[in-house]
Amino acid sequence: MATVTTAPLEALEESWYEPPGLISWFTTVDHKRIGMKYLVTALVFFVFGGIESLIIRAQLAGPNLHVVNPEAYNQLFSMHGVTMMFLFATPVLSGFGNFFVPLMIGARDMAFPRLNAFGYWVFLAAGIFLYSAFLIGHAPDAGWFNYTPLSDAKFAPGINIDFYALGLVFVAISTTVGAINFIVTILKMRAPGMSINRIPIFVWGELAMSFAVVFALPPLTVACVLLELQRRFGFHFFDAGSGGDPLLWQHLFWIFGHPEVYIIVLPALGVVSAIIPTFVRRRMVGYTWIVVAEMATALIGFGVWTHHMFTTGLPQIALSFVSLVSFMITIPSGVQIFAWVATLVAGRPVLKTPMLFVIGFILVFVLGGLSGVMFAAIPFDAQVHDTYFVVAHFHYVMVGAVIFPLFGALYYWLPKMTGKMMDERWGKVSFWTIFVGFNLAFFPMHIAGILGQPRRTYTYPGGLGWAVPNLISSVGSFLLAAGILITFVNWAWSLCRGAAAPNDPWGGDTLEWATSSPPPEYNFETVPTVRSLEPVWDQPELRDGAQPPEKGGRILLGGHLTLSTSMLDGRPRAVVAMPHATAWPLVATVGLLFGFWGVVFGAYLLAGAGALLFAASMVGWYWPKGETQEG
Amino acid sequence: MRTKEDPLVPTIPTGVPGERLRSVASGPDAFGWWGMWGLIATESLLFGSLLASYFYLRFRAGAGAWPPAGIHKPELILPLVMSAILWSSSIPVHIADQGIRRGRQAVARFGLLAGFLLGATFLGIQALVEYPKILKEFHPSTNAYGSMFFTITGFHGFHVVVGLLISLWAQMRAWQGAFDEHRHVTIQNFAMYWHFVDVVWVGVLFTVYLSPHL
Repeated sequence: MATVTTAPLEALEESWYEPPGLISWFTTVDHKRIGMKYLVTALVFFVFGGIESLIIRAQLAGPNLHVVNPEAYNQLFSMHGVTMMFLFATPVLSGFGNFFVPLMIGARDMAFPRLNAFGYWVFLAAGIFLYSAFLIGHAPDAGWFNYTPLSDAKFAPGINIDFYALGLVFVAISTTVGAINFIVTILKMRAPGMSINRIPIFVWGELAMSFAVVFALPPLTVACVLLELQRRFGFHFFDAGSGGDPLLWQHLFWIFGHPEVYIIVLPALGVVSAIIPTFVRRRMVGYTWIVVAEMATALIGFGVWTHHMFTTGLPQIALSFVSLVSFMITIPSGVQIFAWVATLVAGRPVLKTPMLFVIGFILVFVLGGLSGVMFAAIPFDAQVHDTYFVVAHFHYVMVGAVIFPLFGALYYWLPKMTGKMMDERWGKVSFWTIFVGFNLAFFPMHIAGILGQPRRTYTYPGGLGWAVPNLISSVGSFLLAAGILITFVNWAWSLCRGAAAPNDPWGGDTLEWATSSPPPEYNFETVPTVRSLEPVWDQPELRDGAQPPEKGGRILLGGHLTLSTSMLDGRPRAVVAMPHATAWPLVATVGLLFGFWGVVFGAYLLAGAGALLFAASMVGWYWPKGETQEG
Repeated sequence: MRTKEDPLVPTIPTGVPGERLRSVASGPDAFGWWGMWGLIATESLLFGSLLASYFYLRFRAGAGAWPPAGIHKPELILPLVMSAILWSSSIPVHIADQGIRRGRQAVARFGLLAGFLLGATFLGIQALVEYPKILKEFHPSTNAYGSMFFTITGFHGFHVVVGLLISLWAQMRAWQGAFDEHRHVTIQNFAMYWHFVDVVWVGVLFTVYLSPHL
């Protein structure tokens, strides 16, 4: 601090000032506040999806129960899947990404701050749109992958599926703009000296995820648009009678659907690679290998979609190829697991709560990976297709690879975000409750599946051997929920009573630990020059909060400024002026929301009004203000 | 593009003793240039998915059933004329893009205008001449062939409309004198988007109009 005199610091604070208070949460373009909003909103949807799953488990706790009626049950499991995939797992890690990618790369914001705000609002609006279907009792009810012809107008005449098709297009807008923002931020805004071999692994994970989003979401968007055209306007794409083909939906959906798994998992794996070095007190083993493995996973993930379609009667030769690629994709996952284990063995692990969640993750992820390899074998897959064995597998992979790293990340990073430490003891209680509850909830599903219990069924008769595993699952799911609740209470408690967090409570290696907790609006008093993969460990001057100019710290006075650097070697290229807080992204989103509501209800005047509001907000958004660079 | 020694480029001090960096950026130093490439990448996959769906349904339909009985193979003269008009619109847009890099205001203004007029002509022919003619033969809801034809060409047409709207904005700013040899990311990004929409038409022309003849 001593190296920067007070006067420039005041100028910096004035340039980056955002007014406090409630209103500013609606206009902010600060990546940290947007990241916080993403995180909290996604966790609210997580609670919604969780309540849905608890009702499902109550319904399935014993044979022949009628806790809810079958129509409600269909809506519950469909919305559970849609919520957890699109409104929780993808955006929640965007929340951490938004908050921490600019901090980790030493930037002052994301590349497109207003687009960032827009992405958040669209995510929220798409969630409101999908959940508004529940309010009128017509939530999507054909499963999260919504196969035709079940989802065609003939067999699903209500507007339930229209909410699905339009809702997913809506949320895809948010995910796509967010991903492009991450890519540009990571490629162009890294601190001087942060060449590509010095990018933190978490940031690599976000980059790989973002590329997968850019290339994987369009097929889903096309599928949903085609489905809506067919349902609403009598087009023909998926009905065999008029030259369409129901399998077209499955292809389009899974070309998106399998990369989506990696879209969710890659940032979570990045979290693991961020937490491990801090708590074993040594650098990661095999940095390059892990990065290459992440990229390979994102790439190979595009070649395996038909392994979701092994039982649809496709040609044998195509299936054999996909089976091979599906075995192949275990290799990069294995590389990462061995690198983590090697780091754990080579260092001296400190078993704080974040580390416990990471170790829990490795155990669960390996189990989920093992059942995944089993599916790559076509004969086995045919046997357990559409049974609870599949449900067990993807909950091990998805819940295991998202919830465990996510909760580790909450304990690891919330002190930086809120400035308050969480309680360690309750953290450990939460971990063990989640770990036991998780395995109780999902392991018995393997057995129920092998015993033949089909997924998505409303209830089942007694005497098939399914009652015991289902009861254990139901008990486990409530225990899992209790463990999750403990962490939420711990968080709330820390906000009121938690000890103040120092800059670097864990002794971390990446740049977010070089600034205060919570960080100031401008992130760093001087944009640091980086000379190491673990800058906070290797550059002692960073720990004081500001790198002095003679060591390369750039204060960039005279406006809302950040650096543009070269893509490969991080050389400074230009100073870029960033936009200020604005309400236009919110107004644009309101226009979109009314547009989508207008279409789903067939109120095309409303849809037109929404489109006009959106267009008008674009004019307001781009209207020259004089403060930012035109051109 | 020029180095920081160029005395005409606006620069500001960074705080590191003696160092100044450019305060305006275009090309790969501007974030917007990368953002536009991101948009083009994801939009390419949108069109790619649509065209792949077209071929998927075509090959599932089998030989001789595409277009289905009762529908003629697409006429080629009009689409080729439309293609010539659309592709030629990229030329003045490119000239405008190059011109503003040398600070030539009039070249930018009239280049954008010419591109706009050619794009609007393409759209006018599609909406007022081609579609009415085809609708006499089949509708989007006639069969999968009709659905695909109107979905793909309509989706492309929608992109032309968006391009024309962006062009109007860029033209307004150009007439206000907002651009010069250093500040021109808006024109640059519009030009990239416009060329993309024209390149996509190559795929659309081949798939929807030419491939049924193969």
